[in-house]
Amino acid sequence: MLGMLTLIFVCQLIGEVLVAAIGLPVPGPVVGMVLLFCGLCIKGDTPPALAKLADGLLSNLSLLFVPAGVGVMLHVGVLGEQWLPLSVGVFVSTLVTVIVTGKLMQRLMPREAADESPS
Amino acid sequence: MSSLDAAWVYLSSSPLWHLTLTLLAFQFSAWLAARSGQHPLVNPVMISVLIIIAVLTVTSADYPTYFDGAQFVHFLLGPATVALAVPLYRQFVVVRRSLLAILVSIVCGSLTATVSAVGIGAWLGADISTLLSLAPKSVTTPVAMGITEQLGGIPSLTAILVIVTGILGASLGPLVLSAAGVANPAARGLAIGTASHGIGTARAMQVSEVAGAFSGLAMGLNAIATAVMLPLLWRLFFA
Repeated sequence: MLGMLTLIFVCQLIGEVLVAAIGLPVPGPVVGMVLLFCGLCIKGDTPPALAKLADGLLSNLSLLFVPAGVGVMLHVGVLGEQWLPLSVGVFVSTLVTVIVTGKLMQRLMPREAADESPS
Repeated sequence: MSSLDAAWVYLSSSPLWHLTLTLLAFQFSAWLAARSGQHPLVNPVMISVLIIIAVLTVTSADYPTYFDGAQFVHFLLGPATVALAVPLYRQFVVVRRSLLAILVSIVCGSLTATVSAVGIGAWLGADISTLLSLAPKSVTTPVAMGITEQLGGIPSLTAILVIVTGILGASLGPLVLSAAGVANPAARGLAIGTASHGIGTARAMQVSEVAGAFSGLAMGLNAIATAVMLPLLWRLFFA
C-alpha cells in the first residue's frame, strides 16, 4: 500500500518537474496520470494494491473539491456585481457543452465499442 | 467557562479543527445524498460548502485560517488525478477503439464550453477580467487557474466558477443527457467529464465504471485541449 502511494507521488512529482522544465501548458498531475497509464500498459495489468489504493482515493473524489469550494466566500463582491453574466454564462454554457459532447460522441463511436460497453 | 474558552482558543488555531470540520460536513452531506437515493440535485460538494461557510461565519474565521486545516484534503487532488490512470487502464480496450471519436468530441466540447461562456458573458456585460476568469470554467481547477493567470484574469474567481460548473454539470448533466437521448454510458461519461471535470467525474464514477473512466479521460484531455486552444482563441478575438 505504501509502495503504491509512493508510486503515485513519484508519477506526480515527475509530472510537475517535466511541466516546469519544458513549460508544458498542462498541469503536473495530468502528466503524472499519463505516465502511470503508460506504465500500466507496459506492465500489462494493474497490481491489486494499486487498484485498491486508486479506488479508495477516487471513491471520495468529491470531498477533495470542498476546500477550494469554500473559497466562494472570498468573491462575494465580484459575484454580487456580475452575477447575471456569470450565472447565465456558466449555466447555459455547461449544459450546452454536455449536450454537444454527448451527442457527438454517441454518433461518432464505433458500433462494436458502443455495444461492448455494459450499461 | 474560562477553561472552555481556552480550549476553543487552542482548537480554533489548530489545523485539526478545520480539517475535521471539512470531513464532518462532507460525511453529513454524503449521508444526506445517500438518503435521497443519490438524487442529482443533492450534491455533497455544494451542501458541504454551505455548511462550512455557515460555521466559519458563526465562528468568525476567515478563509486563510480555514485553508490551513483544509489544505491536507486539497492536496490529495493531485494524487487522485494521477490515480485516474487505473480506471482508465481498465477501460482501455473500449477507449482505444473510440480514440478518434473521443478526440473530435472533446475538441468540439472544449470550443463549445469556452466560446459559449465568453459569448454569453460578454453579451450580458461582464468586464474583461471576469470574462477571462470565466473562459476556462470547464477545466479542472489547477489547470483552469493556470490558464486564467497566464491570460490576466483572477485565478481564485476561476476556482469558484470551475466548482460551480462542476456541481451544475454533475447534478443537471445526467438529466440533460437523458432528455437529449444520450444513453450510451461512454458518451455520457465523456460529456460530463468534458463539461464538468473532476466533480462530474466523481459523479460519473458512482454511476458506472465505464462512465467514470471516460469522464476521467475527458477531464484530462479537455484540460490539454483548452490550455492549448484558449490562449490562441483569445489573442485572435480580443487582443
